[in-house]
Amino acid sequence: MLNSKRLVLAHFWLAFVVFGVALLLGEWQMFVRSPLNPWISNSELYYRSVTAHGSAMGYVFPTLIAMGFGYAITELALKKPLIGRRWAWAGLALVAVGAITAMIPVSLGLASILYTFYPPMIGNPFYYIGVVLVVVGSWIWVALMSINMAGWKRENPGKPVPLAMFANVAGAYLWGWTAVGAAIEVIVLILPVALGLRSTIDAGLSRVFFSWTLHAIVYFWLMPTYIAYYTIFPRAIGGRLYSDAMARIAFILFVVVAMPIGVHHLFADPQVGAGFKFIQSVFTALVALPTLVTIFTICASAEIAGRLRGGKGPFGWVAALPWGNPMMLAVTFSFVMLGFGGAGGLINMSYQLDASIHNTQWITGHFHLIFAGAIVIMYFAIAYDLWPHLTGRALDSARLMKAQLWLWFVGMIVTTFPWHYVGILGMPRRMASYDYANPAIAPQALSVSISVFGGLLLVISACLFFAVLIRGHRATRMDPGEYRFSVAVHEPVRVPVALNGFALWLTLMIGLTVINYGYPIAQLLALKGNAVPAVYVGAAR
Amino acid sequence: MSAERLFTWKNPWFAASLGVVGAMVVLSLIVGFALLPYAGPNSRLTSLWDAICSAAGVPRATAVSGAAKPNFTTSNVVMNSQMFAPDTRSVGRGATLAMQCAICHGSNRQGQVDTPNLEGQPGSAVYKQLRDFKVAARTNAIMSPFAVKLSEQDMLDLAAYYSYLPRQSGSHPDPAVAAPTIVARGAPMRNVPACSSCHGTTDAKLGTPWLDGQSAVYIKAQLQAFAAGTRRNDISEQMRNIARQMTAGEIDEAARYYAGRP
Repeated sequence: MLNSKRLVLAHFWLAFVVFGVALLLGEWQMFVRSPLNPWISNSELYYRSVTAHGSAMGYVFPTLIAMGFGYAITELALKKPLIGRRWAWAGLALVAVGAITAMIPVSLGLASILYTFYPPMIGNPFYYIGVVLVVVGSWIWVALMSINMAGWKRENPGKPVPLAMFANVAGAYLWGWTAVGAAIEVIVLILPVALGLRSTIDAGLSRVFFSWTLHAIVYFWLMPTYIAYYTIFPRAIGGRLYSDAMARIAFILFVVVAMPIGVHHLFADPQVGAGFKFIQSVFTALVALPTLVTIFTICASAEIAGRLRGGKGPFGWVAALPWGNPMMLAVTFSFVMLGFGGAGGLINMSYQLDASIHNTQWITGHFHLIFAGAIVIMYFAIAYDLWPHLTGRALDSARLMKAQLWLWFVGMIVTTFPWHYVGILGMPRRMASYDYANPAIAPQALSVSISVFGGLLLVISACLFFAVLIRGHRATRMDPGEYRFSVAVHEPVRVPVALNGFALWLTLMIGLTVINYGYPIAQLLALKGNAVPAVYVGAAR
Repeated sequence: MSAERLFTWKNPWFAASLGVVGAMVVLSLIVGFALLPYAGPNSRLTSLWDAICSAAGVPRATAVSGAAKPNFTTSNVVMNSQMFAPDTRSVGRGATLAMQCAICHGSNRQGQVDTPNLEGQPGSAVYKQLRDFKVAARTNAIMSPFAVKLSEQDMLDLAAYYSYLPRQSGSHPDPAVAAPTIVARGAPMRNVPACSSCHGTTDAKLGTPWLDGQSAVYIKAQLQAFAAGTRRNDISEQMRNIARQMTAGEIDEAARYYAGRP
């Protein structure tokens, strides 16, 4: 039962349009800083583009996907209309208005500060106001998810919350708390300076607040992907979910430990003590756990499907899997990219190993492989899975879908593997141009050029993606039937209170935040004289 | 609703999750704050408390007395962009004061290739140099006596006036000349950023002058002075470090390029 089809479609379409534009900017950036192109002579244009690409891809695109998918899950899993649909439209409007408000100063060159803000650089206030509007819009979604789950629990006392909704609310709570760091940074520290009320800013404290958001935001992007792994994939390949409880524990672990670990982004920063860097490194290691649990559970679910399809022996079930199914392909590709990206992540989170790749192109390669690769390929798969239910029309371009997923996978590997490699060679990130004629960096030229062609494959893949969706809107009408989520091998009849709500886990999350962030923030607040003059970007010349 | 209570030690989920997280916190606190600080080869920690403070990042007062003092006056200008907000009265006063500057620094300065043209310069650039001349962080036989007499408000007025004037084109405009590498992208392997990242075209920073249309002789002389260390009023030594790393050819190229800018 999907009542809010237009609401969900509006979220998805706005998300994908933003994605399409930002993808073109990304490929342009790859090209202009590669040896294939003589220098554009204006690094400001490059940073302008990076700001637009990062803000769109980091803040707007995944937020809209999580919101739209969240509304769909609420109705499909709880089997009742969404509570607060008007508020949901208001949230979407805020995100849309915020995105436009932020993008105008960026395209005018008044806020070329990259999406990570980087104080003491200060851009036009409308950029920050736009970002805040996007976040406030998403907070409406957080509240609605919480209200809808609470309403359902009141009507169904003692019954287990459907896994898809439980996971969806986990993502919402995680985002609600995660966004607080950047919100404090922007509203309390940056905006007064951008508006001219103050002329100095504590850059160190700002960066600590941003790290609060910066790591867990990735897990927020990841949530729709993990929800699809657990609640769509086993059904799509004709199997069953191996364990409902394992799934709940994985999502709970994300809620508890995904956020208070952001200081590993500040390993090279002087303003946080080494002891706190170590603690957060330990807890970052812990966040690998839910991913390992997920890989085990999903592979086990795939094995169930393979054996149901007649696969025999230790590996026969792999051959028996429905390899022609787009969801099968998408999850496989996603897992391969998650594997490589995760291995790279273990290097980043290690206090010692990080020193060799910190601030190099390795990092950019890493988060593109994880986010644009493992996560976004599942966004495509989610859209393919939901589209017939949203449009009431068949999505029958199976060959096009498979080609699209293959291209995205190959393109992402070709883009990011050389990217990691040049990082190991020491190529710094956040630079607009490189003098490849210099013998010291000439060996990086080939790898950078290969990346550009990987990016081209991604652009072609995105074109195919749009073709599939648009053809879906023009296909013949059909009844897609009732939407079903995966069913667990042992369907939960009753689950412990701890696995049916978030009170305990939110308490732990906030408690851990206080332990891991309390002292570093309090210390920086108490220190006097560490504010530096703001550097206004794009100020009058 | 089931009667199962969550926030009690009798609930295994509560006890286990709190126990595991608590144990991890305690263990990593011990390792991170009491053991690892001693792991470095040159640990000068005197007590466990010292180790904990060091791991927590408590700033320690460093001995200032040993720091060497430079044997010359350093620039002590503090500015922010609000100081140079447009102010018509300030411009008017500046125009009067500037009558004594025009002979060397205006667009009508005949044959004055060894002085900068100030018309259209950012206010912060004019103000900073005047301040530096006044406190003798920058010295010049002709300029220093003028600056010594100026009050703080005089300098702000002059800055307002010159930034108010439209920028004049150079004496030998040649807009077709492409930016040389040193201007457009610097020499990253020698730690030289692009000239244009601070001095206009790409971006401008507070206190940096706009170089378009300035005399090549003047630009070259200043770069050589920075390289030789005879001019040292650049805060943080950034221009001295840059000029030292530039080749003679690059200095010529940059000077000629900017002189040819319209």
